[in-house]
Amino acid sequence: MSTRLLALLTFLLALGACPLLLGIVNRTKALAAGRNGPPLLQKYYDLRKLLGKGVVYSHTATWLVRACPVVVLAGSLAAAAMTPFGRGGAVFSFQGDFLVWAGAFTMARLFMVLAALDVGSSFEGMGGSREVWYAALAEPALFLSMAALAAIARDYSLTGFFLSLTPEVTSRHLMALLFAASALFFVSLAENSRIPVDDPTTHLELTMIHEVMILDHSGPDLALIEYASMLKIWVMGALVVGAAVPVNIGSWWLDGACFLVGMGVFAVLLGAVESGMARLRLTRVPQFLVGALVLAAMSVVMMARNFA
Amino acid sequence: MTHTALEYLSVLLLLSNFALLASSRLGLCINAVTVQGVVLAIIPLLHGGDHLGAASILLYAVTLAVKGYAFPHLLRAAIGRANVRREVEPLIGYNTSLLAGLAMLVFAFWLQSRLPLTQGGEGILLPAAFFGILAGFFITIARRKALTQILGYLALENGIFAFGAASLSEHPWLLEMGILLDVFVAVFIMGVALFHISQEFDHMDADRLASLRDPVGES
Amino acid sequence: MVSILLLAVPFVAALVALALPERLAHVRRGMLPAVAALHLGLAVRLWLGPDSFHGLRPWLGADALGLLFLTLTSGLFLPASFYALGDMRRYAEQRAAAGISERTYVVGLFAFLLSMSAVCLAQDMGLLWVAVEATTLATAPLIYFRKSLGALEATWKYLLVCSVGIALALLGTFILAAAASEAGPVTLRVRGLAAIALDMNGNLLKAAFIFLLVGYGAKMGLAPMHTWLPDAHSESPSPVSALLSGTLLNGAFLAILRGADIMQSAGLDEFSNGLLRLFGLFSMGVAGAFILGQRDFKRLLAYSSVEHMGILAFGAGLGGAGLFAALLHAVNHTFAKGCLFFTAGNIMFRYHAKSTLTVTGVRRAMPLNGALWLAGFVAICGLPPFGLFFSEFTVLAEAFAEARYGEAALYLLFLAVVFIDMLGVFLGMLRGDPPPLDEGAEAPVMALPALLSLTVVLVLGLGVPEFLGDKLMEAAYIVDNGFTSMPGIKP
Repeated sequence: MSTRLLALLTFLLALGACPLLLGIVNRTKALAAGRNGPPLLQKYYDLRKLLGKGVVYSHTATWLVRACPVVVLAGSLAAAAMTPFGRGGAVFSFQGDFLVWAGAFTMARLFMVLAALDVGSSFEGMGGSREVWYAALAEPALFLSMAALAAIARDYSLTGFFLSLTPEVTSRHLMALLFAASALFFVSLAENSRIPVDDPTTHLELTMIHEVMILDHSGPDLALIEYASMLKIWVMGALVVGAAVPVNIGSWWLDGACFLVGMGVFAVLLGAVESGMARLRLTRVPQFLVGALVLAAMSVVMMARNFA
Repeated sequence: MTHTALEYLSVLLLLSNFALLASSRLGLCINAVTVQGVVLAIIPLLHGGDHLGAASILLYAVTLAVKGYAFPHLLRAAIGRANVRREVEPLIGYNTSLLAGLAMLVFAFWLQSRLPLTQGGEGILLPAAFFGILAGFFITIARRKALTQILGYLALENGIFAFGAASLSEHPWLLEMGILLDVFVAVFIMGVALFHISQEFDHMDADRLASLRDPVGES
Repeated sequence: MVSILLLAVPFVAALVALALPERLAHVRRGMLPAVAALHLGLAVRLWLGPDSFHGLRPWLGADALGLLFLTLTSGLFLPASFYALGDMRRYAEQRAAAGISERTYVVGLFAFLLSMSAVCLAQDMGLLWVAVEATTLATAPLIYFRKSLGALEATWKYLLVCSVGIALALLGTFILAAAASEAGPVTLRVRGLAAIALDMNGNLLKAAFIFLLVGYGAKMGLAPMHTWLPDAHSESPSPVSALLSGTLLNGAFLAILRGADIMQSAGLDEFSNGLLRLFGLFSMGVAGAFILGQRDFKRLLAYSSVEHMGILAFGAGLGGAGLFAALLHAVNHTFAKGCLFFTAGNIMFRYHAKSTLTVTGVRRAMPLNGALWLAGFVAICGLPPFGLFFSEFTVLAEAFAEARYGEAALYLLFLAVVFIDMLGVFLGMLRGDPPPLDEGAEAPVMALPALLSLTVVLVLGLGVPEFLGDKLMEAAYIVDNGFTSMPGIKP
């Protein structure tokens, strides 16, 4: 099968399967808590329900609130198009695309925060402030682990990162890859507003971060935002899995199966972390992200040693 | 094979020191030091695997017993009696400590490239040892609790042991026994002192032990 | 054989003292001077002729340098043990009431003697480290002996600063071994290292020496690692303070000299000596700054020890005759500081205070101890006719001879500052009217140990005996092979 086609197929798979990922996370949490939990496809039902509803806008809201869902979804889609899912490579790939990739998410975040500020609720402003603060803290770890991956691959595109991981390179840099993957996992917890940084199920506005920012969105708008964040989890998970399970057997369907199993494990792991940990106190979150930075730095150090 | 295993163990040393720098939970810190002790007992087995005498096996067994069992046991008993679980307000915060740890890590690797040692030149055991020394030293300075200071001292000592294991393939085991004995007694006496501190002061914050000082500025 | 006995005697004594039941407490006390005398006798035996063969030859041995410090240890331990005997008797009721056992005291003193002997006799850098760390551990219970909060605080600082410091010395020792293993078979023997020092990697040796100096320097009380010293000295019982100041610090100095010996053999003495002079002068300066306004006279004596350790390091850093003078100064300082701490203990017992604000009129209240206090002050400040004058002057002369005028000027400045600082405090304590005190006169017998120590310093001030001069030169030659003869002393 041609790489081009495979890339397109995996991209479409990501678009279709990302709500399922969250379904697995929630099922894991439910099982860990001794409940049956919602069906695996619950998120699809939620989206369909939201799409069928009408939209309500606040009187004080401007065009920012209307633009936000579209931009957020566009950001996630753009990033997803640059992310290689499995061995196939990404739909778009060019040198330095990981910077654009991060930029796409940043733009989405920018609009989300602007929209949150726009409606004038004090809770939403607080959420926006925290969101930006944590994002700033997560960035060094993200880029440092990307730097390690780039140095291992000797290539500056996300597709290049993972395509270059031949068994020989992998065995040589196994430690660095594992550290990079764990740093990316930490970052993805923070970026996707998961426990221990943020609790997606909390009902108290004071403690919310992501949820509080989208309080004023409703109906199809909310569906777009929700979908965009599901896609974001899938995208970040693909990075983690790509670094942690650098399998490169050669046949497209075996590699693809490995990737999908990896994504499943990622989802279960996410659920396990959420069941086993409590949300960190606000002041302790920076420490969590500095910890991610340490892991990323370890990855760089391990990588540098293997070249020395 | 042994090389990779050594590499993994060194990484374990690095991570345990980062855990010491990052965690406020005394129980977790004690675990980190225990991990170091066990790793240190295994490393010489891998490193100088060719000439294993009965004496050296005894030494490893004693190291394991002292660092892997006796120390954590003693320290755990100490926190049990003092009824403390956390180091609440360290002199240097945990974020700063972690970032300082990163700087120390870089310095440790730089130092290895500068030191003209033929043995232990490759592999990351040597920088892991340097990092342990630096981190241990840092922790004794940066923490308030007497117990955490002991843990810092142990991390420092472990780092020095790791340095010995990395740079010397054969060393007089009698000497190591002596060193081990000294460290054991030191920790024992510190543990006793710790017990007295928690009894007399109702806390074990070493920085509040500050009644003895010089009359500077008042006259 | 004698070397082994020197270790065996205090070891057995410690075990016996530990095992003796409380009703034989007087026997335990009596063991102190007996063991001290026996130990001194054994040390003197080593002066008369070389030690006979023993199985631990490569580990233990008494060369001139070690023997010198061993004799200092024994020599001060004897008066200190007599003093401790009296000290225990006069505080007996008070301590019994507080539930403090004398057993710790006696056993700790024997353990200290054991570990100090091992430091002096060690011919192996590894064994030396083990022994120096053992001295820390042996003295910790002695410092905590009074079980007051202050004593606890002092013990904690002492344990932590010294243990961490000495851990760095262990790193230095390991680096030394690594450097040696690059040049030949692994060895830590002092002589073996010195023999192959020229083949070792210079940078590694420098790194090793820095760690040894900082590590053992913490134990020796060199600034800025001296922070434990004033607390420990002011809180421990007076005979222990005397032993800490007079012998423990010397032991760490010996360990540094062993390192300097290897550096000299490697032709790196310029590097090591520069560091020694730097730390020496810095310690003197710090002592000068902290003695100013000091109101606790035992702390003051402790800072004076920091100053004198600075003089030792500075002298050793000059090499040659400076080294000789530093060794002589170690002898002088040991006994002068012993005299002062013994007297300070008597004053404290009479006044129940260690603040210079409370303690006035010592001359009137305690004429004998007042005279000793004054004489001790004259001695410790390096004024004639006491021995410290000669050794401090020789250090200065050597600094001039080497054309180190700037350092000599600093050295003089710091000596003058310390003298002026101390003059005020000592005169303030001696003059004036004593506060109301309990009935009772001073016990002349408790002044004897101080008097004995002072006599040694006085004799050394009148002239260095030939046998001592020879031994000092031999010892200086061990560290600095370029040192041939000492002007003014017959070779």
